[in-house]
Amino acid sequence: MANAQNKAGGKSRKSAPADPPGGETVFINARLLDPASNRDEPGGLLVRGGEIADLGTHLRRNAPEGATVIDCRGCVLAPGLIDAQVFVGEPGAEHRETLKTASNAAAAGGVTTLVVMPDTKPVIDQVALVDFIQRRARDNAVVHIATMAAMTKGLAGEEITEIGLLKRAGAVAFSNGKESVTNTRVMRNVLNYAKDFGALIVHHTEDPYLSKNAAMNSGEVATRLGLSGVSKHAETILLERDLRLVEMTRSRYHAATITCPESLEVIRKAKAKGLSVTCGVSINHLTLNENDIGSYRTFFKVRPPLRADDDRRAMVEGLASGDIDIIVSSHDPQDADVKRRPFAEAADGAVGLETLLAAGLRLVHGGDLTMMQLLKALTINPARLLGLDAGQLAKGATADLVLFDPDEPWVVNKDLLRSRSKNTPFDEARMQGRVLRTVVAGETVYEYAGVART
Amino acid sequence: MTASDKQANRYRHRHLLSCELLTAPEISSLLDSADDLAEANRARLAKRDALSGRSLINLFFEASTRTQASFEMAAKRLGADVLNMNVSTSSVTKGETLIDTAVTLNAMRPDIIVVRHHAAGAVELLSQKVDCSVVNAGDGAHQHPTQALLDALTIRRAKGRISGLTVAICGDILHSRVARSNINVLNTLGANVRIVAPSTLLPAASDRLGAEVFTDMTAGIKDADVVMMLRLQRERMEGSFVPSTREYFHFFGLDHEKLAKAKPDALIMHPGPMNRGVEIASTVADHSRSVIREQVEMGVAVRMAVLEALAGHLPST
Repeated sequence: MANAQNKAGGKSRKSAPADPPGGETVFINARLLDPASNRDEPGGLLVRGGEIADLGTHLRRNAPEGATVIDCRGCVLAPGLIDAQVFVGEPGAEHRETLKTASNAAAAGGVTTLVVMPDTKPVIDQVALVDFIQRRARDNAVVHIATMAAMTKGLAGEEITEIGLLKRAGAVAFSNGKESVTNTRVMRNVLNYAKDFGALIVHHTEDPYLSKNAAMNSGEVATRLGLSGVSKHAETILLERDLRLVEMTRSRYHAATITCPESLEVIRKAKAKGLSVTCGVSINHLTLNENDIGSYRTFFKVRPPLRADDDRRAMVEGLASGDIDIIVSSHDPQDADVKRRPFAEAADGAVGLETLLAAGLRLVHGGDLTMMQLLKALTINPARLLGLDAGQLAKGATADLVLFDPDEPWVVNKDLLRSRSKNTPFDEARMQGRVLRTVVAGETVYEYAGVART
Repeated sequence: MTASDKQANRYRHRHLLSCELLTAPEISSLLDSADDLAEANRARLAKRDALSGRSLINLFFEASTRTQASFEMAAKRLGADVLNMNVSTSSVTKGETLIDTAVTLNAMRPDIIVVRHHAAGAVELLSQKVDCSVVNAGDGAHQHPTQALLDALTIRRAKGRISGLTVAICGDILHSRVARSNINVLNTLGANVRIVAPSTLLPAASDRLGAEVFTDMTAGIKDADVVMMLRLQRERMEGSFVPSTREYFHFFGLDHEKLAKAKPDALIMHPGPMNRGVEIASTVADHSRSVIREQVEMGVAVRMAVLEALAGHLPST
């Protein structure tokens, strides 16, 4: 288990397990929630040696003798979340975020595996950089970190990277980061080449000619604000092209984040054809819309831009119907210097690791999603997509867990975020649902200070 | 086979442009003559007079050292007068200029023109405009008939047969005229042909060429009797088709580890010039089972056999 996780670029136990050799920790009085097995029942879970040794209703109140007991008080115990799109500043922009600070933010958000994007300086397009990330993660991070490598050298969209060797080194997928590959021939060659290695191509689609100089979604709001906008069709146009190429090459393809019903429709058709196609959506596009920008609030400037509320609702429905496979935070730390600028000149991006679950729970409380649907898109689906040995509550699985109270109200305070950058669009937002404890390979890596330790 | 059978199976065409339509008896008869010529060459008895008083033009629109030298040697051993013309590719474009060149050369009344051109179909086009015999020495990614014949002769001499052998052709199939000609000849002679390449270096409908397609080299050369490596052009190594020479060598270069999957007595072949450390490990190229030098030797013999066969149809002097 831990071994496979390592191979996938994650880290296994950071140091000696918290529990002594042979020691056990038991979570009792929990609501066990596991989308992989469709389990939602009161019960308990036993951790031994960093793995889930046992779980079920029989452990609800009965702790094995000698085990450390954690009373969950009826709160949800679920597989740790997997965030498949996290931008980290290491290497190259450590003032924004390091692997260490990102992992601390992840732990506070219940995320036990995060996937770093290759948009670093230098770009993660060589085996040595995948090794670098893995070593830094092993030494400094408190959660598992997997690496997505670049699919073109320097993300320039011209030359294929060493996909075979990078995959062997542990890259879980290949992406062009925030850049779209416009050259159709290059895109075809990348897909064709990746196929031979069974490698997953993850692509952010946005026609750069259409999005040039765009500050936000095009439409009434942009027009009133006097900002130049990019149409959602810029996304769908390249996505449609990509899916034709997938049909041609029969490769594995994942649309990084879609934001509009037009794109969803294209994905649905591709899936109906039996193509190996999946897609993701960012938490921002599920919970925010272009109106939130209000009077030029740059913390709502993200890429792709926030869309109209109809688009947002379509994304929620796509998630509920299962056409959208995963939710990502699209955590993208930016410092105040690049955010405190006129809207059009401000940097894109929002941090999201720490608010991912709470923001997602808004949709559950609002009746748009079931808890199971939400967690599925944050656990087993990304695990299967990326080939990670994680994302489920099962005997023998690595004990990556999140314990959360789905109802506890709280208010986001950006100054309390663990991320090195504070650019959250949820500052001062009211949330319902709070992470109480995060466990990585049996070790508690985060515990909410407001709850007394049992 | 009786003498009259041999006579009946002789190569009777005016040109040699492609391997696609060659019959098994035609190929075998060319290989038989080439085999005899190879022995004669070794015994230094090969100076014949089949092309005595004939003139041959080596018309190369694309740079080549070994093929041109091989044709020149073959022609001179048969007593021909040889004129080498290297036409700069930069100033020549296809179509009209090529035809103009053909008409001009034709006016000089050569007997045989050997042509290499960077555009597929150019040699056939030229053949339509001249009165002499034309030999295709390579046209774009289309055909290179004498290479396939010399490869077949090399295999036949080493293995005693071609029918039933498993031959894995590995590398840049997409751009390779050598691969196309070899697939034709080897299939016609009854070999089991495999092609092995990354998907980016496989042409469309590669499964329709009569060869089994592999994108995993280890699987592709498993139990092969012959492993034929192809040259990877430098401009295709740096990201457009494959990411790097390092990755290419790792997954598609012939090293000892991959070679161990082939039969223990598998032949190692390469049409040259080799990129050592890219498509073939240096020590594999110099392996005792490597017949790469033999291929060059057979090249002269096969070209002599081809020129001799064509000479039979030239109008008498």
